[in-house]
Amino acid sequence: MAKMTVARAMVEVLKSEGVEIIFGIPGAAIYPFYDALYSSDIKHVLVRTEQAAVHEASGYARTTGKVGVCVATSGPGATNLITGIATAYMDSVPIVAITGQVNSSLIGKDVFQEVDITGATAPFTKHNYLVKDPKKIVRILKEAFYIASTGRRGPVLIDVPIDVQMQEIEFEIPKEIDIPGYKPKEKGHPLQIKRAVEAIENSKRPVVCSGGGVIASGASEELRILVEKQKIPVISTLMGIGCIPTDHPYYLGMIGSHGQKEANLALRQADLLIVIGARLADRALGDTKITDNMKIIHIDIDPAEIGKNVDTNIPIVGDAKQVLSEINKRISERKDFWAYEIKAQKKVLPDDDKLHPYDVLKEISRAYNGDYIITTDVGQHQIWAAHNLYIKKPGTFITSGGLGTMGYGIPAAIGAKFGRPDKEVISITGDGSFQMLLQELATIKREQVPIKIVLFNNTRLGMVYELQKKRCTGRFIATCLDGNPDFMILAKAYGIESMRLESKEKLKEAIEIMKIHDGPFLLEVVTSPDEPTIP
Amino acid sequence: MKYTLSVLVENHPGVLSRVAGLFSRRGFNIDSLAVGVTEDPTISRMTIVVNGDDYIVEQVTKQLNKLIDVIKIKKLNPKEAVERELALIKVNANSQTRSDIIQITEIFRANIVDVSKETLTIEISGDEDKIEALIELLKQYGIREVVRTGLIAIERGNKVISKSKSEEDE
Repeated sequence: MAKMTVARAMVEVLKSEGVEIIFGIPGAAIYPFYDALYSSDIKHVLVRTEQAAVHEASGYARTTGKVGVCVATSGPGATNLITGIATAYMDSVPIVAITGQVNSSLIGKDVFQEVDITGATAPFTKHNYLVKDPKKIVRILKEAFYIASTGRRGPVLIDVPIDVQMQEIEFEIPKEIDIPGYKPKEKGHPLQIKRAVEAIENSKRPVVCSGGGVIASGASEELRILVEKQKIPVISTLMGIGCIPTDHPYYLGMIGSHGQKEANLALRQADLLIVIGARLADRALGDTKITDNMKIIHIDIDPAEIGKNVDTNIPIVGDAKQVLSEINKRISERKDFWAYEIKAQKKVLPDDDKLHPYDVLKEISRAYNGDYIITTDVGQHQIWAAHNLYIKKPGTFITSGGLGTMGYGIPAAIGAKFGRPDKEVISITGDGSFQMLLQELATIKREQVPIKIVLFNNTRLGMVYELQKKRCTGRFIATCLDGNPDFMILAKAYGIESMRLESKEKLKEAIEIMKIHDGPFLLEVVTSPDEPTIP
Repeated sequence: MKYTLSVLVENHPGVLSRVAGLFSRRGFNIDSLAVGVTEDPTISRMTIVVNGDDYIVEQVTKQLNKLIDVIKIKKLNPKEAVERELALIKVNANSQTRSDIIQITEIFRANIVDVSKETLTIEISGDEDKIEALIELLKQYGIREVVRTGLIAIERGNKVISKSKSEEDE
């Protein structure tokens, strides 16, 4: 057994876990770890605020399937991680967040840059640790990676006091991890699977509602086989977009209050709803009431999600890929696709001389033929993107679905590009969201991350502006972003090429310029404040 | 309706706050929560009394199971479990009332554990109804303070809640 400092041991464990990249900002309470990182091969990306570090780790994790790692110092560094951690928790993204902590002997005394970060993040981490015993650091880090990346994935935080980081330990990586209270159940119960098969075969109007869990478990192929065998229409939550290609003949779109009409219609007419890897939260259900006439099969790896928001007739706890492949082995073929009529009612978008956001998104889809990774921020542009972009492959539409975190898109795109440098990464954002974490343009510049940013600028906090228009009889308050900077000059300040698009005739040319540009690029699209979320 | 949950947890600092925090976060009402170490010093047992319907108790169980430190949860059937609570009751007592209070204490098979010129402190263990009944009787003398542990419970017979998880207990 080799002797080394805890800080050094932390780096060694990260290496053994296959960590290639870390996003973070150093500080006094985490400097021993950074010092140990200096002589390792792990790349460190210096972000401009800690929240971005988590989002970048999230974008990286969601495109690679690996655990994203971020680091911050104690106190404000740690609290700045909070929004990103909560975002990862809501969307089940595997993250290990490492924070420095003040000296062990000073914990609880409100000393400089001290905060109880394990207490603060307990509600929205899958698990967290305050490391008091240096000898436990190796096991804790191993456990953290195991917990973050198995079962329902999620963020794990490890808080390490500075004196602990500097202590010397005997370094040995444990061969096995055994956590008595953590045994994720991946295999669905055979009897429940049998009941599900019968229910599907006996239903007349089945619908699959697919969530982020399908993408996380890599179950898209199994889903495609099921729906094609049984000719079942597929609707998705925001997190489930891309579960099957959006141009698949059975895909009807996103459900919910901001969903597509045909998807919601199918949900209302269904006699059997097969929910897979989704929690069916309020925004996903919208105005749709689940009636007693509709049977529900709910497949989820997290038993706590089953029956939480809707009553379930056939609960199946397990990994979506495993459960669906078991169902597929037993299921018969069906002849008719009952939702063709609904699909035929698909709304045709207005075609006029004005430059609409959907024109831009459809042109991006056409130009790239879906061969990209998209990240979005949160707002009208997110819904425009969800409705109009062609998403060909699972895991290529990355958005903050659960928490709705503005500022997510740009850092997530940076992380995604580091994860998949071979892919075009396009971040769709709005002027409100963009300004929440625009300092990451500095990270883009420093690291020369060649992402493309499409910024819809309507000088509004569009979602709320639209709400005020409808619900507050036009009493607009605090939703107008007059005073926005000139985004092209701003991009120039960060050494990023840009272009402003204001008319429809320049659309194709603008997308082509963006596409062939070698390096980061900002395309600002001037949008009417009165452009609705759903035309 | 009240449900009693027996929960095995890892004996780590912070586990109680995680469990209690979960209840407040999810809007569940805890009637009582008692915690102590088990025969295995690395494991503690929590006895949690929850007020609610079947949906609430199912959600409580599922959400508790999500906590990494929670090893096992079992819903106890009151008919098949021994349930006890310990209470210390400090009641006003003077020369006229003292003997009455002592008599009541004896009837309830409780103990007097402290005496002063003006008070008696009574220790009682039993189920919730028994303790409530004693408190009700003592109210007429003036109760100064009541301390209750909350319910603890154990299954009757040779059944035990073991550390290994099985589906029926989840």
